[in-house]
Amino acid sequence: MHKMCHGASGFAPMMQGFAIFLRGRPSRLSATLPTTMSSSADALVQLRNVTFGYGERVVLRDLSLTVPRGKVTAIMGASGGGKTTILRLIGGQQRAQQGQVLVNGQDVGAMDMEQLYAARRRMGMLFQFGALFTDMSVFDNVAFPLREHTDLPEELIRDIVLMKLGAVGLRGARDLMPSQISGGMARRVALARAVALDPELIMYDEPFAGLDPISLGTAAQLIRRLNDAMGLTTIVVSHDLEETFRLADQVIILGPGSVAAQGTPDDVRASQDPLVHQFVHALPTGPVPFHYPGPSVAQDFGPVGMGSQGGGDA
Amino acid sequence: MSWWRPSLLGYAVRSKLADIGMGARLFARLVALFGPAMRRFGLVRDQVHFLGNYSLSIITMSGLFVGFVLALQGYNVLQLYGSANSLGLVVTLGLVRELGPVITALLFAGRAGTSLTAEIGLMRAGEQLSAMEMMAVDPVRRILAPRFWGGVIAMPLLALVFNAVGVIGGWLVGVVLIGVDAGAFWGQMQGGVDVFKDVGNGIVKSLAFGVAVTFIAVLQGYVAKPTPEGVSRATTRTVVMASLTVLGLDFVLTALMFSI
Repeated sequence: MHKMCHGASGFAPMMQGFAIFLRGRPSRLSATLPTTMSSSADALVQLRNVTFGYGERVVLRDLSLTVPRGKVTAIMGASGGGKTTILRLIGGQQRAQQGQVLVNGQDVGAMDMEQLYAARRRMGMLFQFGALFTDMSVFDNVAFPLREHTDLPEELIRDIVLMKLGAVGLRGARDLMPSQISGGMARRVALARAVALDPELIMYDEPFAGLDPISLGTAAQLIRRLNDAMGLTTIVVSHDLEETFRLADQVIILGPGSVAAQGTPDDVRASQDPLVHQFVHALPTGPVPFHYPGPSVAQDFGPVGMGSQGGGDA
Repeated sequence: MSWWRPSLLGYAVRSKLADIGMGARLFARLVALFGPAMRRFGLVRDQVHFLGNYSLSIITMSGLFVGFVLALQGYNVLQLYGSANSLGLVVTLGLVRELGPVITALLFAGRAGTSLTAEIGLMRAGEQLSAMEMMAVDPVRRILAPRFWGGVIAMPLLALVFNAVGVIGGWLVGVVLIGVDAGAFWGQMQGGVDVFKDVGNGIVKSLAFGVAVTFIAVLQGYVAKPTPEGVSRATTRTVVMASLTVLGLDFVLTALMFSI
């Protein structure tokens, strides 16, 4: 699984150097991490009995999960199952209606704005389509968090930005505007921006959606390499089974409102849970129905038996 | 089903009150962010340039034509009473007290207000504001406040340009075209227009309109639904609400400033 990071001989020391420079302390390298993934002492993020909904629709019900420090954790599940909501809860953009969201042992839901912003400085988030600032060049996008949060001289910011862009292979694209780059490149720029301040935790919301195979492979490699080289903790929300299972140390499959399965990719693949089985094998029917709940076929089209055998979604 | 069902009515009232409360809190924050916005004056300056400079052509052309029309209409009425020499005074008072601030504000709402709403709404739709929040950068401080104060500063400047061009338009039609005496035109204007009462109150009006129009524009952009339809509706709401607010506010301010 970790073979992807071995090709970058100069990459890891370079990123570690900048992590030390910006954070002022050594990075937590994945090689030094304890191997117990589920121990709460090693957990960077913990959700404890979290309930959250939009209006009357409950998305997460009494959900508990743990994200181990220094690892890549993938959160997967059906669309609308609350995966992105979990990222928003961790980032404090939504507050849990019940339960606790702990990051580094601190309850995000109980933080005031100042504490929340301080916590967010140690997080990075990659949005589905990059969310680059369209009125700024690639360079200025990556420089943005550095200019906002540090008093570094412009020459140093230039060097850091070019290093970050170099890490995602886009040093040469520094002067382009977001409208001049492809979707895959935009996500790589957003990734460089997300790690500009050397966060402890980085969250990816659908990083592979809509990417061609080359861009997808590149994105997966970058996620793994950045995690290992910078000593990050990574949460990936994705639907891409193969790439995500290859990339992740731990996979969490969400069922309706709660965790259906959690473990290493091999554990999850071997799970006998019907929902996990349906998800992992991409089956159209199973615990997750194909048809959205609604009136029966008979109610919509009249009694069955008049030359039609119905659709079976009742 | 029935809109008057107590639960629905209660929900609607609560939602409206929550919206008003949210708007009031945002307004208070924007006012409180005057100091921080001025400390990063580059951001405000960029917005004054964007909102003001790009509105200059429409403001200048409108001012010129309004000056033309004022001079034509004014001359037709004044000559009936043998007071055509007062044309300069009539044109200038009409411009600096009323038409300058009001028309500038209406044009500003249509030109710059819609652009502000659409820009902020699209930033929300493109998750740029969320990305900023996740970078621990407050979008109200970084995006909304410079735009708000940029608009507030730009509006009186634009109104002054409108007034100046309008007076030149009145001079062109009154003096150059119709043949009103130039000395009387400028002399009556200088003698009859009070710097504080007329020009000053006009500037105060345009400042008030600047606050109202720019706040409505940034608020609508900030609360716009993150969809193409949501941004489109927010843009329309900006024009409608800002225009009505300007006209209503103008009546109130005129009553306070110029009532006997």
